[in-house]
Amino acid sequence: MKEIVVISGKGGTGKTSITASLAYLGADSMVIADCDVDAADMHLLMRPEAVSSEGFTSGVLAVIDQSRCIGCGRCAQACRYDAIPYRDGQYTVTPLDCEGCGYCARICPVGAISMVDQLVGEWYLSTTRTGASMVHARLGIGAENSGKLVAKVKNEAKQAAQEQGKQYVLVDGSPGIGCPVVSSLSGADFVVLVTEPTVSGLHDLQRVYQLVKRFQIPAGCIINKADLNGEVAAQIHDFLKNEQIVHIADLPYDEAFTRAMLEGKTIVEVSDNPIGEALSDSWLQIQTILGE
Amino acid sequence: MNIAFTTKGTDWKDAMDPRFGRADYILVYNETEDTFSSFDNRAISGTAHGAGPQTAQQLFEMNPDVLITGNGPGGNAAAALQRSQMKIFIGAGSMTVREAYEAYKAGKLNQA
Amino acid sequence: MKVAIASGKGGTGKTTLSTNLASYLAQDHAIVLTDLDVEEPNSGLFIEKTLKYEQKRSRMVPVWESSTCTLCGRCQQVCNFHAVIKLGREIMVFPELCHGCYACSELCPHNALPMQPTPMGTLTASAAGGFDFIESRLDVGQEQAVPLIAQTLAHVDEHYGDEVIKLYDCPPGTSCPVIESIKDADIVILITEPTPFGLHDLSLAVETARKLGKEFAVVINRHGIGDDGVAEYCSREGIKVLAKIPNSRKAAELYSNGELMYPHIPEIAQQLEQVSQYIMGQMNGGEA
Repeated sequence: MKEIVVISGKGGTGKTSITASLAYLGADSMVIADCDVDAADMHLLMRPEAVSSEGFTSGVLAVIDQSRCIGCGRCAQACRYDAIPYRDGQYTVTPLDCEGCGYCARICPVGAISMVDQLVGEWYLSTTRTGASMVHARLGIGAENSGKLVAKVKNEAKQAAQEQGKQYVLVDGSPGIGCPVVSSLSGADFVVLVTEPTVSGLHDLQRVYQLVKRFQIPAGCIINKADLNGEVAAQIHDFLKNEQIVHIADLPYDEAFTRAMLEGKTIVEVSDNPIGEALSDSWLQIQTILGE
Repeated sequence: MNIAFTTKGTDWKDAMDPRFGRADYILVYNETEDTFSSFDNRAISGTAHGAGPQTAQQLFEMNPDVLITGNGPGGNAAAALQRSQMKIFIGAGSMTVREAYEAYKAGKLNQA
Repeated sequence: MKVAIASGKGGTGKTTLSTNLASYLAQDHAIVLTDLDVEEPNSGLFIEKTLKYEQKRSRMVPVWESSTCTLCGRCQQVCNFHAVIKLGREIMVFPELCHGCYACSELCPHNALPMQPTPMGTLTASAAGGFDFIESRLDVGQEQAVPLIAQTLAHVDEHYGDEVIKLYDCPPGTSCPVIESIKDADIVILITEPTPFGLHDLSLAVETARKLGKEFAVVINRHGIGDDGVAEYCSREGIKVLAKIPNSRKAAELYSNGELMYPHIPEIAQQLEQVSQYIMGQMNGGEA
């Protein structure tokens, strides 16, 4: 079983649309994992129906037991996040400001503060319209994606793939360069970098590739809207060449992407357009690289 | 030589875990005595952030001469492991423990 | 007046709206635009500017003093973020995991982990065409955006009075950095695309703005490319749609080169005027 992770560094490059296209092409040879939990949009194209779901906790939050609190205010003094204001005659924790460091609980002289697991969202195991299973999650507002949540989604997907005897796990990776994307990449067999020829697209590609390189994972790149800016596209081509990244495909700027999305479809499903063909070819290339 | 592996289980036939910080187990093989010792790392792999340094600390205490893993430690864990004399070999992520050991003995694994 | 420009996900046009709006409003008003997307500050790429000053920004993290340390391990035990670990006869601190709570430092029985400033990023202030531009950028390898965002907001408050309209280009998403960026704003402008993805992400952003009790309105970017889902959602939810920025390949090309759009595309200037009127209305008591 091989794990393919799609990442982009920057938002709005078409990463999710491209991942969904690969998912459509791979159909039931795979299990899909949506680790782009902050902007989990893949379900709009794959239309998963949940088979099971479970709450997800991450980090802890301070809670003050008012019946035991003696109002000494040491917790409020110690808190660097101003998360324990004195209001209406008592100290209470503002959940959005609490970082979960636990300092207050450690120094409370009467043990009135406890750190409780924070329920931050839910994860689901679903079946999709292509026949593939999909693992995805939904976070509450102000909750942060974490390496732990990404690891959870990926683990569940891998387990499902093993049980079902699937060839691939396809991961829609997290954005940025922090802990969630490190966790997205960890254990991957191949990385697909999606970028666009804009000044910010190139900049973010270079940053995120530093991580891929550190993990020594073989990588390929799909350039979306490749004809938008020839100059920047040429800079991306040079970068790929220097770093020995497989140049998988150049996709033209085409509003067919959006038209397909409006129908709730991936671009490879709408009648013949150059992008659909290029992505079919991309999927073949990725399979060849992975030796299947 | 004591050789550590990041694994999915505690036996020769079990699969390697390609991840470092969030590996399920750390398995240490003592070549001289032909024995295994293991650490169940699943509690650590369930922490939101900072799994790498915690696993590195655990490994530090087990003090093997060699670590065999998949992708290699991330930045934080790598910095911690630099404090030790441990040699790190990567690229064994999709093998079993036995295959990883044999590949290492045959000099087929890359040093990180 | 503090105006936060935000969106549920990246790539919907936050930076486009922020930079174009700042330049447009600056024709008649005192404006400061602040890029709070400290992980990926991109606004500056679209603005011609002259540097006024640059400041290194730091935050407090513990630093190990081996001379007084007894290796008791209390620090490692109290750190919920696993940013302090004991490795043999050494204590190792991982600044990027540290949340600056001071627990290890203040609970250390031997004062062996004093808090010291560590660099986290750089704040730059520039004069752009008619307005001021503030940008903060996290140093490479730094992961925590919130402390730098908080310091940047404090800097802007100190240096610009109430008569200046403060525009914030916020980070994407609905997590802590976004909350930090919009919690002190008077109004929030949410920008989205008229597509199913855009609608889904907008609904999350609306939830965030409501949770924080903010006055907010919507701008639709790339209008014409998609469907009526976003417009219908807004009308159903009673959300004001301030402007619809028309979709065009020309706009995309200008963006790819880092250029402002409204000087080249008159329809975009008209749409910015509507956003401007909304902001002015809010400044005069919110009856717009």
